[in-house]
Amino acid sequence: MIAIIDYKAGNLTSVERAVRHLGYSVQVTDDPELIRNADRIIFPGVGAAGQAMKDLKAYSLDVLLKEAFAKKKPVLGICLGTQIIFDSSEEDNNTECLGLIPGTVKKFPSPLFEGAERLKIPHMGWNRVQFKGNHPVFANLNPEHEFYFVHSYYPQVKDGHEELVAGTTQYGITFASAVARYNLVAVQFHPEKSGSGGLTILDNFCKWSPSC
Amino acid sequence: MLSKRIIPCLDVREGKTTKGIKFKNNVDIGDPVEMARFYYEQGADELVFYDITASSDKRDIMIDVVRRTAENIFIPFSVGGGIRTVEDMRRVLLAGAEKVSVNSAAVKNKQIIADGAIAFGSQCIVLGMDVKKVDVSEKIPSGYEIVINGGRTYMGIDALWWAREAERLGAGEICLNSIDADGTKEGYEMTLTRMITDAVNIPVIASGGAGTPEHIRAVLAEARADAGLIASMTHFGTYTVKEIKEYIHKHGTRMRMLW
Repeated sequence: MIAIIDYKAGNLTSVERAVRHLGYSVQVTDDPELIRNADRIIFPGVGAAGQAMKDLKAYSLDVLLKEAFAKKKPVLGICLGTQIIFDSSEEDNNTECLGLIPGTVKKFPSPLFEGAERLKIPHMGWNRVQFKGNHPVFANLNPEHEFYFVHSYYPQVKDGHEELVAGTTQYGITFASAVARYNLVAVQFHPEKSGSGGLTILDNFCKWSPSC
Repeated sequence: MLSKRIIPCLDVREGKTTKGIKFKNNVDIGDPVEMARFYYEQGADELVFYDITASSDKRDIMIDVVRRTAENIFIPFSVGGGIRTVEDMRRVLLAGAEKVSVNSAAVKNKQIIADGAIAFGSQCIVLGMDVKKVDVSEKIPSGYEIVINGGRTYMGIDALWWAREAERLGAGEICLNSIDADGTKEGYEMTLTRMITDAVNIPVIASGGAGTPEHIRAVLAEARADAGLIASMTHFGTYTVKEIKEYIHKHGTRMRMLW
């Protein structure tokens, strides 16, 4: 069973529906027993980092997530879930986060330009991801696949840890839109809303046996 | 850089898709869930459902449409029509929609934009604006006025002011519909669209008047809309979403070409 961690951060049913559509057994839950017994864990989220960390701690889910990571269970972060696996986020006055990936989450600079065009914030819509290396979760994708993003903050891996960046996206700046470390992968975009390319990533994750 | 978006709009009445010409003479053209799936497979970047069910006791039919759509398509979609309260928004979002749009309810009570943005985040809240060209006056300095009831009721609100006000209140996107152009198939209202895209820093979806792929290319590339709403030009098979995207992409505006 795949557990989608429920910490009241936005609507998690779309992730659940996409994974179920792919034929996997999945449950949205905050039950520690179910999470401990799950084969793999999806950690989504929409909202702000400060509130998300508060809610995670209130349900002791921060401990469970760190435990799952340490026990080599496959973990997938999505959007805000991805941001709060970093050391900290600039959102909500430098929120201390889970620290599973070294780095920080920063606000897009404003104004943000690409050439002469002023870009809108949030970064909302379809954009490309340049995947690096050959991580199994990002297999069978084409550079022309696009993914659906909605965010005002972006993850930045700490200097010296560039090998953790699994994919980058260009939006005025170039940022890490996919990261991977041992049994953990995390994406800034929404695979559950990204058509066939997104479903491919979810399917790859559900089949993935990390070799670590 | 983001791709520009093509967004088919499905008008739904009591669970059936319709397309009204200037909001009159609606005819049924199919099951909305099937049409959503069809457009998803053709490469639509997003979908809009507009619920035109008259009686509020039949609104649960729409929630069921939203739920079944969410089980079948994996791109964002929004729902508008009949959304009057934060509770209405919650039901639609929980059923699986990515965004909700408010139109006349926000004109009557603009606080709903702020309340929705606080409850669900700005990215969930789309302001729908129905606009008509009028004489420039002290009250309507831009020459474009907000209307409701399908264009029958003039609200004495300047469209340019309203777009900026909605952004200030927390709307995450504007769906800008020209009542003058709607149903004409003669192209979007370019002047109005450019005026609004220049004035706000949130995405603008152009709506009303699309008849050819060139109309859509023009509103995206020249009036700087972020997305083009389409309806009759694809509902009746005149064009496919794929043909439209290929044309626009070939003429230099980036589209999502793989889906």
